[in-house]
Amino acid sequence: MSAPDLSGLKGQPLPQRPAFQRFLGSTAVSIAIYVAVMALIIYGSFTGAQNMGYNWQWHRVPQFLYSFTDDGFQLGEIVYGLFATIQLSATAFALATVLGLLVALLRLSGLVMGTAVSIGFLELIRNIPLLVLLYLFYYVLGPIFGFDRYWASILTLAVFHSALISEIFRAGINAVDKGQWEAAKSIGMTTGQTYRYIILPQSVRFMLPPMTGEAVHLIKSSAIVSVIAVAELTTIGRNIISDTFMSFEIWFTVAAVYMVVTLILSVGVSYLERRYAVDQ
Amino acid sequence: MTGASDPIIEVANLDKFYGDFHALKDVNLTVHQGEKMVICGPSGSGKSTLIRCFNGLEWHNSGRLVIDGVEVHEQSKDMRRLRQEVGMVFQQFNLFPHLTVLENLMIGPMKVRRQGRAQAEATARKYLDRVHIPEQADKYPAQLSGGQQQRVAIARSLCMETRIMLFDEPTSALDPEMINEVLDVMVELAQSGMTMVVVTHEMGFARKVADTMVFMEAGEIVEVSPPDRFFTNPSSERCRLFLDQILEH
Repeated sequence: MSAPDLSGLKGQPLPQRPAFQRFLGSTAVSIAIYVAVMALIIYGSFTGAQNMGYNWQWHRVPQFLYSFTDDGFQLGEIVYGLFATIQLSATAFALATVLGLLVALLRLSGLVMGTAVSIGFLELIRNIPLLVLLYLFYYVLGPIFGFDRYWASILTLAVFHSALISEIFRAGINAVDKGQWEAAKSIGMTTGQTYRYIILPQSVRFMLPPMTGEAVHLIKSSAIVSVIAVAELTTIGRNIISDTFMSFEIWFTVAAVYMVVTLILSVGVSYLERRYAVDQ
Repeated sequence: MTGASDPIIEVANLDKFYGDFHALKDVNLTVHQGEKMVICGPSGSGKSTLIRCFNGLEWHNSGRLVIDGVEVHEQSKDMRRLRQEVGMVFQQFNLFPHLTVLENLMIGPMKVRRQGRAQAEATARKYLDRVHIPEQADKYPAQLSGGQQQRVAIARSLCMETRIMLFDEPTSALDPEMINEVLDVMVELAQSGMTMVVVTHEMGFARKVADTMVFMEAGEIVEVSPPDRFFTNPSSERCRLFLDQILEH
């Protein structure tokens, strides 16, 4: 078979899209469209706020973040609220991870009751709204088992997220090649040793991205504990607003603080991930 | 055959099912201490299943399997001890990708045999020498060629001071130019007196080291004979046909 004769077309440019489509698809135009739409939204909300006579007082916001007094530099209420949120979230996340691992191992144990219990737990937690779960822990389980609102919030968040985390563990464990189990078994390792030295270290690679998502999710859902007045970022935001009536500015600020924290977390972990990838 | 020594693997009337599929049919076989047995046969004939039963990666449904005096079955309390005596080399190597070569070799002795780090490392380096890749000790498996990975896998089993080595198609996943480096290591291992059961289609290797050739088809052992008779004058027609097919080219 001989090659088709295409010599007449040699060096010819390929046909291009029509000029109008090329104009719309260009980077400059799409940025321009984006800027125009954003400007419209911002202009709309500002005029809307103006029309309802809202008195913007952005200059009063920084004092809630930091201040310079005679004693020197001091952190503001919002920052202390953020510390409380981080502490609450970190404790809840640590508990959720331990509980999630236990549920996942129970699910994978091959025991009939183990599988049933873990599936039951998963379905129960997944199908109750977080807010209702919080009320259950605070108003029902709290008085029964004698824990305060702070521990009620931590346990609510931990239990709620442990269900999701157990699924991440299960997927991560299942993603490790079956041959790894066989190799570990053939050198005489027990199931526990195989998990600890062979399977879990390899699952980390698969679990890191969804676990980061889950940590971000938990930090965000920790705002819900403000309904039982646990002192954290959202509660403090609400308190400041009831003192100052600056609801627009403070909610914008609180939202920005959440965003900064979760973005830092995501960026940090994606850096970790890249380092991990090199080792494999 | 080394008829003088004791049997170390005894298989009697072994049957194995996967659901309705009869994977092993009334298998009878004896392997003696120091014997090298090569098992061949078409794919799906049950040869991998058989040797996977030998260290409890699969369980037989009926019949008896006694290895090194230990009755092998799912409830056996001695399985972990037995697996330490019986090494297994897999077609896909199955090295631990998150550990370096040296760590791959040390983790069994340290965690299973409770050896100290120094002793485990000395053993690991000794066997890495024996498979001719001492210089790769600190690399990760993914940085090695397939042939090197398989040699590490062999060393990993040897580090457990195994008395029986099982090979499940150890060269089938390798590029052709790497097959010989693995076979050479296996020949050396055979010369050292190790008891070996090898599932392979490498007939050159089989001719060189085998004491006994086994041909399986459809879950049954069709032929057991010494290699000189096996290759020149097999008693069964099916075995002759199979050998014609794989030795033709």
